[in-house]
Amino acid sequence: MKKELPSLEGPVCALPRSHKDKIVLGHGSGGKMMADLIRDTFYPPLSNPALLAGNDAGVVQLANGTRLAVSTDAHVVSPLFFRGGDIGKLAVCGTVNDVAMVGAKPLYLTASFILEEGLELSVLDNVVQSMKSAAEEAGVEIISGDTKVVAHGEADGLYISTTGVGMLDPDLNIGGAEAKPGDLVIISGTIGDHGIVVLEARGELGFETNLKSDIAPLNHLITAMLNVSNSIHVLRDPTRGGVATALNEISKQSGVGIILDENSLPIQPAVSAACEMLGFDPLYIANEGKLLAVISGKDVEKVLDVMKKTRYGENAVVIGEVVDSPRGRLLLKTGLGSTRIVDVLAGEMLPRIC
Amino acid sequence: MKYLSEYRDAELVHSTIKKIGDTVSQPWTIMEICGGQTHSIIRNGLDQLLPDEIELVHGPGCPVCVTPLELIDKALAIASQPDVIFTSYGDMLRVPGSEADLFSIRAQGGDIRVVYSPLDALKIAQENPDKEVVFFAIGFETTAPANVMSILQAEQLHINNFTILVSHVRVPQAIEVILGSPNNRVQGFLAAGHVCAVMGYWEYLLIAEKYQIPITVTGFEPLDIVQGILNTVESLESGEPVVKNAYIRAVTEQGNQAAQETINKVFESCDRKWRGIGVIPGSGWRLKPAYSAYDAELRFNVQTIQAEESPLCISGLVLQGIKKPAECEAFGTLCSPENPLGATMVSDEGACAAYYRYRNHNSR
Repeated sequence: MKKELPSLEGPVCALPRSHKDKIVLGHGSGGKMMADLIRDTFYPPLSNPALLAGNDAGVVQLANGTRLAVSTDAHVVSPLFFRGGDIGKLAVCGTVNDVAMVGAKPLYLTASFILEEGLELSVLDNVVQSMKSAAEEAGVEIISGDTKVVAHGEADGLYISTTGVGMLDPDLNIGGAEAKPGDLVIISGTIGDHGIVVLEARGELGFETNLKSDIAPLNHLITAMLNVSNSIHVLRDPTRGGVATALNEISKQSGVGIILDENSLPIQPAVSAACEMLGFDPLYIANEGKLLAVISGKDVEKVLDVMKKTRYGENAVVIGEVVDSPRGRLLLKTGLGSTRIVDVLAGEMLPRIC
Repeated sequence: MKYLSEYRDAELVHSTIKKIGDTVSQPWTIMEICGGQTHSIIRNGLDQLLPDEIELVHGPGCPVCVTPLELIDKALAIASQPDVIFTSYGDMLRVPGSEADLFSIRAQGGDIRVVYSPLDALKIAQENPDKEVVFFAIGFETTAPANVMSILQAEQLHINNFTILVSHVRVPQAIEVILGSPNNRVQGFLAAGHVCAVMGYWEYLLIAEKYQIPITVTGFEPLDIVQGILNTVESLESGEPVVKNAYIRAVTEQGNQAAQETINKVFESCDRKWRGIGVIPGSGWRLKPAYSAYDAELRFNVQTIQAEESPLCISGLVLQGIKKPAECEAFGTLCSPENPLGATMVSDEGACAAYYRYRNHNSR
């Protein structure tokens, strides 16, 4: 890169730190560092069309014409239990949702457990019970698993990886590259609840809220939406990196611009207040039971109607629109009427000093 | 949110901006001193809404940005040592030192923790008596009372494994450097509301008088900022180099005197190097000799570490309001928040980062 600007050759600066030689936590934050890692380290050697589509689940077609969606997700949340959920519920819902986000009906999961020596069995029992309830609600079965134990200190209690398989209608084409100018963007409910609850459970807030994590299986909500519209172009769950990261990805995959309306963003007062105090932006905070849908404008009313009748979509609302340009950019129309860019995070979200 | 949404009321903001338009008769260049104000202006797009005659330039008031390179190197040297827990405000972790940043030290096994207050760091020291706990005490006058309080509490509780790495800077001396520069274009200042909440604004009366320039103590919400600009424009239009207070809900002329007394008990004035600007006489605070036991530079013997910045990054000119971020040829190409060349790109409050995050950085 340095060759592009010869005047800056030599000891260019106070020293850029691109972290290209070692993994740092920023590589796992869902921001640009992670996107670069996937693009540079994983895509080139593993390249295939399903992977390169860059969706929450890979979609493949079998010789008999059956279409499958497959997704996998590792869960490493600390603490293991928090208000509204735990690592078990997260491990089931996270993968169910990723399979459902391409429009597939999730059917089966597998789960692998990495257990730290010394973990209380009662903790594991509770986690597995929670997985059972979440799987029942989602209507999926956990049909295979694996268990490994590592020495004390080599893991943080318990990690769970789940893989999910779902069936996909032959004519459905839902994915990040399908957003079109004129489409509208819906969010299924309030933004940022899960991320703030986890921070609170870690004792990092220094104050208490009455928030609950929003973890939920969204496959039934998606089925209801697909029943009333065949113009759903993109579905995505804004987990790590939040709404801003998910919509930035979609704008780049589809080659469109997306404009959010600040006034219509549904944010609980406790989330706003926590973010104000900590110097965070709710648009980057993780959600685990919310979906973004990019839908043809003509179908928005009937999709919203059906979403609002479901348990996990009752606060669904339109938050933005897809435009022709600037391509690959997410913009926000502020409450004051000005416009600004909402970029992806570089790496970890850092609290500001004052 | 009560007490915040009132200051973001679109109607009030627009009616205040209309008043600015009705008052202004010629171009004026106004500097907002504080990085928090820069962040709010760009985040809310306030400069898009102002009349063309008003040019805002961004001041050196981001403590992360101005912390000198050699202090970062000292922090890295301390944080690399075994049995040290190094604590810091979050956005210091990404600031590049000469050869690393705190993120890389953490990836190599350094125990580096983000805290929201030095008192949290002190608690960590209490809970880990077999470790040395160091807090990176950067900031302007705003963060000084809490930093000083951590030292006084450490003394009172006999916590001996706690030290701070001090890099405090002060606003009035920086304003004087800007006004004394032959390249100065700034005709009025928005003073930093939270700095003045601690220190009051009596020091600015002397500066306004000496340099014949209007200064308005200004807050951080959109309505605070446009009100500060309106007051400054009124002063400029009427030719009155006065100090006004547009942040009366937090600031008095004398400030928080209890906080000032505490600061004076522990800190003394010193010369301080500012990243991108150089040494500004009398612009810093350091621990008084009586509190040298809490000085991390002495405890870890890093006083001799020195570092010089590259002359190529223009962050110094940006910090002085002489250049805008987009005038740098590295902006948005070689230099971005995940690969910052200069300090102003590192912190969210840095002018370059604010431009990068909220503006189309493809257009120059």
